[in-house]
Amino acid sequence: MKYIDEFQDPELARRLLDDIHATVTRPWALMEVCGGQTHSIIRHGIDQLLPDEVELIHGPGCPVCVTPLEVIDKALEIASRPEVIFCSFGDMLRVPGTGRDLFQVRGEGGDVRVVYSPLDALRIARENPDREVVFFGIGFETTAPPNAMTVHQARKQGIRNFSMLVSHVRVPPAIEAIMSSPTCRVQAFLAAGHVCSVMGVGEYPELAERFRVPIVVTGFEPLDILEGVRRTVRQLERGEHTVDNAYARAVRAEGNPAARAMLEDVFEVTDRAWRGIGVIPDSGWRLSAKYRDHDAEHRFSVEDIRTREPAECRSGEVLQGLLKPHECAAFGTLCTPRTPLGATMVSSEGACAAYYLYRRLDLPAGPTAREATPVV
Amino acid sequence: MCLAVPGRVLDIEERDGTRMATVDFGGVVKEVCLEYLPDLQVGEYAIVHVGFALQRLDEESAKQTLELFAELGMLQEEFGDAWEMAAAEAGRDVVGEAGK
Repeated sequence: MKYIDEFQDPELARRLLDDIHATVTRPWALMEVCGGQTHSIIRHGIDQLLPDEVELIHGPGCPVCVTPLEVIDKALEIASRPEVIFCSFGDMLRVPGTGRDLFQVRGEGGDVRVVYSPLDALRIARENPDREVVFFGIGFETTAPPNAMTVHQARKQGIRNFSMLVSHVRVPPAIEAIMSSPTCRVQAFLAAGHVCSVMGVGEYPELAERFRVPIVVTGFEPLDILEGVRRTVRQLERGEHTVDNAYARAVRAEGNPAARAMLEDVFEVTDRAWRGIGVIPDSGWRLSAKYRDHDAEHRFSVEDIRTREPAECRSGEVLQGLLKPHECAAFGTLCTPRTPLGATMVSSEGACAAYYLYRRLDLPAGPTAREATPVV
Repeated sequence: MCLAVPGRVLDIEERDGTRMATVDFGGVVKEVCLEYLPDLQVGEYAIVHVGFALQRLDEESAKQTLELFAELGMLQEEFGDAWEMAAAEAGRDVVGEAGK
């Protein structure tokens, strides 16, 4: 849908777009951090409605996509054990590990279940005291509080057969890593709205100041994204670099204090590998020592599983905004949602899947539409 | 999986020492934990992510978002049968009973 009359409020959309067109005088590269925003941008053709000067670079904010291969392999190993009921969100089922995915583990007899909420997994543990119930706890700051509360409840209620395989990631260290990269082209960020609903905006002024980049908290609906882009372009054109909140209806400056307090109690900050990108210091959470008894990695002794990422998938470059999905030689040929080489083609929030679903018929045939090497 | 959907609180009860609510998402009703928004009241709206209310939302914007999500089929994606959806995307049969 790249026609403005298909927006919920076409007149408002038109006004926002007119303002952006009137403001912009030269090229700017903005990164939307969140995979939900990427999905929305491609689905609604927002990037094609914007002036040519405004480029949207799709960031690493799809939690399914950045979960390292090694963690997927740990999940597959745990899920294969006969005593285990392995619970996960649906998006993780088809993410390829080494040679197989959770879907196949279930086909081979593993008890893999899809849950809507981590609390569903805790209920399954309560109802199956003779089984080991493991929940696959991945996600950004939005998903971490639900998972933290679930582990907290398990401990409080003495549900000892419940554990969690934790691979949480945090946005601010990723912004820092992107801005510190020598190939970085990003000049401003649309920060992820629901991450800020939890965390507030307190982590961002220091980043905006240090890297001299505007950071605008932005929602997920088409009009929200246009408003986020509008405010960002204004700052860029004026030479400003402040933190602004364009999603005030869902984001308060302090975030959700109760959720933040629970995160501090249940998790501790750790270095985390991001699939296709590598280790980013302090970019993850793991269970704190107090909750170690509920740590599935520890309980099932899978800490030592180490997996090297395959070379053919270039999702790491896509996740860093160095390569657009259709510029990868495997896009749409070797790599499709049915036969994904990497997680960016699996998750609906992955940039490759979004391009495949909504744009592949509009793209020029052949592997590269333009030069695929990163432009510094 | 990062989708957070606005919902309206239908009723509230304590269960296992946890504040839980029944929440309506444009027709789909789910159990939601209110521990992070303990003062949320019946009739109010909140943004809900994987069964947890994370932030209050005013009624008008909540309704607009729900309308948009319904139109785009996103409520089905969020609350539908994940096994069937994954199987359809993979072009494979669902193994075992669906949505177990």
